[in-house]
This record gives sequence, C-alpha cells and structure tokens, in this order.
Amino acid sequence: MSMNAPTMPNQESVTETKPEQMDSPFRDSMRALLRHRSAMIGGGIILFFILIALIAPLLLPFGYNQIDADARLQAPSAEHWFGTDDFGRDIFARVIYGARISLWVGFFAITGSIVVGSVLGLIAGFYGGWRDTLISRFFDILLAFPAILLAIAIVAMLGPGLENAMYAIAIINVPTFGRLMRSRVLAVKQEDYVLAARAIGMKNSRILFRHILPNSWTPIMVQGTLGFATAVLEAAALGFIGMGAQPPEPEWGKMLSDSRAFIQSAPWTMVFPGLAIMLTVLGFNLLGDGLRDVLDPRMKQ
Amino acid sequence: MLIPVLIGMSIITFFIVHAIPGSPAKAILGERATPEAVERLEKSMGLNDPLYIQYFRYLGNILQGDLGTSVKTGRPVLEEIGPYLAATFELALFAMLIAIFFGVNLGIISAWRHNSTVDYGSMVIALIGVSMPVFWLGLMEQWIFAQELDWLPSNGRMDPRMFFEPITHFYFLDALIQGNFYALQDAFNHILLPAVALGTIPMAIIARMTRSSMLEVMRSDYIRTARAKGVGETLIIYKHALKNAFIPIVTVFGLQMGLLLGGAILTETIFSWPGVGRYLYDAIHSRDYAVVQSGILVVATIFVVINLIVDLLYAYIDPRIQYGKE
Repeated sequence: MSMNAPTMPNQESVTETKPEQMDSPFRDSMRALLRHRSAMIGGGIILFFILIALIAPLLLPFGYNQIDADARLQAPSAEHWFGTDDFGRDIFARVIYGARISLWVGFFAITGSIVVGSVLGLIAGFYGGWRDTLISRFFDILLAFPAILLAIAIVAMLGPGLENAMYAIAIINVPTFGRLMRSRVLAVKQEDYVLAARAIGMKNSRILFRHILPNSWTPIMVQGTLGFATAVLEAAALGFIGMGAQPPEPEWGKMLSDSRAFIQSAPWTMVFPGLAIMLTVLGFNLLGDGLRDVLDPRMKQ
Repeated sequence: MLIPVLIGMSIITFFIVHAIPGSPAKAILGERATPEAVERLEKSMGLNDPLYIQYFRYLGNILQGDLGTSVKTGRPVLEEIGPYLAATFELALFAMLIAIFFGVNLGIISAWRHNSTVDYGSMVIALIGVSMPVFWLGLMEQWIFAQELDWLPSNGRMDPRMFFEPITHFYFLDALIQGNFYALQDAFNHILLPAVALGTIPMAIIARMTRSSMLEVMRSDYIRTARAKGVGETLIIYKHALKNAFIPIVTVFGLQMGLLLGGAILTETIFSWPGVGRYLYDAIHSRDYAVVQSGILVVATIFVVINLIVDLLYAYIDPRIQYGKE
C-alpha cells in the first residue's frame, strides 16, 4: 500500500539535533515507519497475536484439549466465545493456542530460508563462475515446481507432522531469498567502496561480512516479512490437507479441515480459525508493504 | 535453459518419490502379504536395482513417452492423466478469467479515482484478497452459497445424474459440441464457486499491480496530450493507458499461473473437483509411485512452459524487449 508516502524527516532533524544525538539512517527509517499508517496497523495485528500467543495460558479458563462430551458443537456463547467443536473443546482456546503454532512455524521456517538462501546467494553472487551456475540452476529448478506441490512431496518424503511441514516450507522458500541476495551482492560488488576495500588488500571474508552483507540486508528484511505471511499460509494449507500438524494439536489449518463435516450444523468451527489465519497473514503483508515503502523505495513496484 | 531445468526437475522428483517411506510392493499387495511375495514383486518391478539405474530407466521411459503405469488402476499414467489435466485447466482458466476481469477493472478504477473512497475501498479488498487462505474462502463459499442459500452446487464438475458423455473432458467445450445447453448451464454452476475461490488471490494481486502501473502511465506526457486533444476518458484508459500498463500485469499473470496450479490442489480437495491436484494427492496417499513422479513432472513442465510463453509474450507486447542479446 502506498497511499501515504512517508515523508523523510532527514533535513530538519539533522540540523535541529545536537551532535551527540546524530540521526542514523536506521532511526530515520524507524520514524518513517511509525508514521506509515498501514504498516502500523499490520504491526499492531502481529503484536496482538504475539501477545495472546505468549499469555495464552493466563487468558483461558479452558485448556485447548479439554474434552467435554456434554458440550459438543455448541454455538458461541458467553462461556464459549467461539463455540465448541465436535469434542466439546473450546474453539477460542484452540484458536489462541493455534497462534503459538503458526507464529512458531512461520518464524523458524522463514529464518531457515533466510539463512540458507542468503549463504547460497552470497556464494553465487560473490564468487560467480561454476558456483554461481550450479546454485542459480538449483534455484531455477526449485522455482519450477508449484511451491505447495513441492512442499507436499517433501512432507510425504519426511513423514507428515508439524516439524517436517516447517522444513518443507523452509526449503521451498530458499530460492526466493537466495536469488534476492545474489542480485544484491552483484549490485553491491560494483560499488566503489568495495573496490576500495579490495585495493587496500582487505580479505574476501572481511569484505563479505563488513560491506556486502550489511548492505544487502534491507530487501531481505522486507522479503522476510512478506515471506512470513506466505509461510503461515503454507503451514495452514499443509495442515488442512493433513500433511502438517497432527491431532490433537490446535493448528488453524487442521481445525479448518476438521470443521468440514460440520459446515451446516456448526459453521463457527470453520469461521474463527480461518479468520485467525487471514488476520495474521494480513498483518505481515501490511507490515511488509510498509517496510518496503520506508526502507527501499526502489523495490516498490 | 529449459532442458537442464527439466532434467533437474526429473532428478528431484525421482529422488523425493523414492525417499517416501513404505514399499510400493507392499502397497499393492496389502498389509498381510508374505515377505516373500513382497520381495518377488519388488524384484519384478526393478525396485532392488541401484537407484541410478532405476533413474535412467525412468528417464528412458519418459523420453519414449512412457510415464509409467498406475499401480492402483493398472492404466498407463499418460492415458489416465488427460481428463484430470483437462479438469484442472478448465478450472484454472476460469479462475484466471475472473481474476483478470475483476482485477484489471478494480485496478483501473482505483487508479482513475486515485486517493478517493473507491480507491481506498478497492485496495482494502485487494489486500484482504491477498491474505485470504484459498481453502477457507472455499469453505465459506460452500457454507453460504451452497448450504445456506442453496444457490449453487458445492461439489464436483457436473450433476452425476446428468446424461453427459465427455469427449475432450473440457466440459464447456464438450457441452457446446453436443449442443447440450442444459449441461453447459450445469457445468457453469459447478465451476463458479471453486473458480472464485481459486481466482481471488490472483485477482487481488492483479488489481494492485494494475493500479500502480496505471498510476505511472497516467502521469505520462502522451496521456496528457491525448486529454488535451479531447480524447474521451474511457478511450484514454482502455486504449492508451492500459496498453502500456500491461507489461507488469503479464508478469504477474505468469507468476500467478504457477500459484494457480498449486492452489488448485487445495481448491480441488474442497470442491471434490476431479483435477490433477487431487489425482496427485490421492496418489501420494496410496504410494502410487509412477503417478506421483510423472504427475509432478507433468505439472511442473506445464508450469515451466507457461512461464516461457509469458516471457515470449513480453517481447510481443513490448517491442523494446528483445531476446538473444545478452
């Protein structure tokens, strides 16, 4: 969303502040981000979900696996805010615990993709030659599969389960970050300061870690936030078709697929988990778009 | 460029499929088969040979047009996969039409009424669309439009009581060829809900893309010139501006086609749509090796080819882009 273009407070603030409080570009960006309306809405949604995930046990009178045969498929009420499922379990509790699962999976999957993708992208972009050819072809091949299909195949190989779903999601997202890193490295490598570093005899590793990596971070961070949204969706999709979380884990996608039998009699079993997925994904998309507007205006399409 | 990617894909699918735990021989013979029988069958299927020999045998077969035989049905995959592919194509095409029509127009309206309530509203819709899980949308549609309102059917491609003999397995085409308009209507009713579910994300992405690329074009000089000489607003938008705004839209279209094939697996599961996604999914569950590895390869190949076509389309749409000069 680019409706409210952030104004860069660069000029005034630099002249107004005292030397010891000199503005860093980072602080500038943070300030612009705080002024970015949709980014703040997105960040707020994410914070909200993180918060309820953290304090879940304090919030709830019911455990997420507390079975109550007398309270099967009850409509939302004062006691059960989101109603109950076919085991009489409180859906509100399950949705809230589900936030833990989704955020956890999303975080580790994307962190994994970023680490592996960045290393591969760095090698490909920095050294070039056969390493570049090999790695770039590998990315091409992975990207040639429809992502979810590849994820399903990988989970089939590793065995269904939440952890394996996480690995699968990490793997299918590696090329996105790898390619991004590679293109950044190729661009930064041409900069004068890298040439200067080389001229004064700086070692490759030092150039990589001191110059190239820090200057390639921004797009990775933006893509990482947007990728988090994708990862949450993919985890839910795998859960939905039975390849991700296994019962009785309160995973949102799994809850949705369990609800299919009760579409007619108990639609609330379906409405709330889906709403939770959508809001989480929306939050990360909003924040990611905002970060892109603020940090890297060139990436804005 | 295309050939190495395809070979790489065949290697990856082959090894993933062979790493799936469980013996296919056991899957054929059932749980109570004697170990000797399992071993005999494995031997006759060539499953005891070294992996690389199995791979080259597989590659050789593919090059001869033999995609293997389904263990479950005993029919060659090549023969069997056709109707499933047709079903998926029909669904994906319909979803894409919905996505393009609504996406492009939503984007145009937003760009035209930039920063208005309409613009804001459409972009909120687009943002929610991007964040919407396909499977949840599908379930909601089934609940509201099939169960509560009872307007549309929730499952399958056609009413099973319909007297209908598919020829090409593209039901719309078949119904037209046979002049069976009742079947055409029924096929349309069946495809509507899954196509909307599948088309929502591409629609949202296309809308955002169209908006930003239209905004850029609308500021250009030639649009101002057209306005100055009194060209009507509709003509400016649809003839002058859209033409140039189309390049990024085509890019998105190409990317989305792949997502559509992926999303089809979920949509097909929900709406019991007999497409290639469900075909593959069932095959994974029943450890039908031949179907899984060939099926994935076929889908991925189609995906790669679509992307190639999109690349070529660029050159056609924008003569400034040329290939072969790197």
